[in-house]
Amino acid sequence: MQSIISVQGLNKVYATGFQALKNIDLEIRRGEIFALLGPNGAGKTTLINIVCGIVNPGEGTVRVDGHDIRSDFRAARAAIGLVPQELFTDAFESVWATVSFSRGLFGKPRDDARVEKVLRDLSLWDKRHDRIMTLSGGMKRRVMIAKALAHEPSVLFLDEPSAGVDVELRRDMWAMVRRLRESGVTIILTTHYIEEAEEMADRIGVIHKGALIVVEDKATLMQKLGKKQLTLQLQQPLAGIPDELRAHPLELSADGLELVYTFDTQTEQTGIAALLRRLTEHGIDFKSLSSSESSLEDIFVNLLRTRA
Amino acid sequence: MIHLNTFAIRAIYHFEMARWFRTLTQSVAAPVISTSLYFVVFGAAIGARMGDIDGIAYGAFIIPGLVMLSLLSESISNASFGIYMPKWSGTIYEVLSAPVSAVEIVIGYVGAAATKSILLGVLILATARLFVAYEIAHPLWMLAFLLLTAVTFSLFGFVIGVWADSWEKLQVVPLMIVTPLAFLGGSFYSISMLPPIWQKIALLNPVVYLISGFRWSFYGVADVGVGVSLAMIALFMALCLGGIAWIFRTGYKIKN
Repeated sequence: MQSIISVQGLNKVYATGFQALKNIDLEIRRGEIFALLGPNGAGKTTLINIVCGIVNPGEGTVRVDGHDIRSDFRAARAAIGLVPQELFTDAFESVWATVSFSRGLFGKPRDDARVEKVLRDLSLWDKRHDRIMTLSGGMKRRVMIAKALAHEPSVLFLDEPSAGVDVELRRDMWAMVRRLRESGVTIILTTHYIEEAEEMADRIGVIHKGALIVVEDKATLMQKLGKKQLTLQLQQPLAGIPDELRAHPLELSADGLELVYTFDTQTEQTGIAALLRRLTEHGIDFKSLSSSESSLEDIFVNLLRTRA
Repeated sequence: MIHLNTFAIRAIYHFEMARWFRTLTQSVAAPVISTSLYFVVFGAAIGARMGDIDGIAYGAFIIPGLVMLSLLSESISNASFGIYMPKWSGTIYEVLSAPVSAVEIVIGYVGAAATKSILLGVLILATARLFVAYEIAHPLWMLAFLLLTAVTFSLFGFVIGVWADSWEKLQVVPLMIVTPLAFLGGSFYSISMLPPIWQKIALLNPVVYLISGFRWSFYGVADVGVGVSLAMIALFMALCLGGIAWIFRTGYKIKN
């Protein structure tokens, strides 16, 4: 599939000498939802801001829909809508005026019908004459999204879209993001809420200390790096794992009543049957058993831990 | 072919003008009233007891200088506020991420600031007519000086707005430098009235050339040649444009 954003060998060193990005290579596919994960200060916002034109790039190239962000910045930026993390708003402007301003700024002629549609889609129509300063935080967030969509971008950057919003608005936004994707808009989001990435993203990128350490389809990533665990609730506590069972990756809880077996989801033989046979042979009975799979959050934390 | 994002220029221009119209009391009434007080005090009241300067009644003599004083300070404050406000509120992100060039950004912000100060200058001139009789010998030149000065000092204000990183800094240059220079630049007197050494020192004040040229367009008399005044405005405009070009090339205080 053709990339809508292509980043090659991108570096960024700030005037302070801090290297925010290290040789980033990234291809964003047209029409996908891409989640960029990483801890604070990892370089997520720097990367977004370079693509959008807010921060000067270092070495490397960035293309948006085939247009170089330096030599063909107009075409590149015209394709992008950005919702920054912070609520940057013109406090004294009305909702209608600020959204119309954004459309003009991005080189689009006045189109009241389009602005109305955006405002209605985001449940802002009733607030169109209100000054932004009178709106709640959630409503301001919607205004930011409306501004980003006013010029009909083909790529939408959402930098921490759920920061400080309530559950209802978060669900609304997720629904809106899906609708946008269905209409052909490519979505790139950064988030601290791993649940959000797990819920929505097609692909995941993990950035750590300025380097992109993983880019993978979400399902593949979870399959590749995910682990499954079988937990057995024992009838009688064990003092320790019997020597004969030490070949198995087992962990015993402190009270000796829970035995946890970790296995690889990729292998054909999970080893569960053999383990259960050996437990029976050793007279270890269990009351119940349950299995669990690593969440994206577990994978994310493990990834960062191994790179620390 | 030169491509301009005219929709963006219009958007920025209208956005800035809308704010001006929203705050007419502060942006128009206040400077008109304060300048009118000068006309009342120095023109209608004290002016009647003062002698003519270069054959011009004192009340009429000070009009070009006072209009220029307002024009300078309004151009600077309008333009500096215009670009400082989005920097301060963070909304500058949108301008930086939009498909607009430095030229378009400057045309939008500086164009709006210059428009506001020209409208204000014309309004002050019209108000002055209520208190003091004056004539305009070269109306086209008067408009040209009005336009050139408004644009040049709006460019200067834009530079200040980018440079300032606090509200205090935003006020420092207009209050501490521009206003004293305007008062000492011949708003209320002719440079020729100063002792010879101060006449020479006064020529280091760029505002002298602005007021002199502007006054010439009213009464045909000037402290320095009109050509010199125009050349000085052109020089200052070139310096401001050079500064702005450097700002956008380096991203100074607007882009990392």
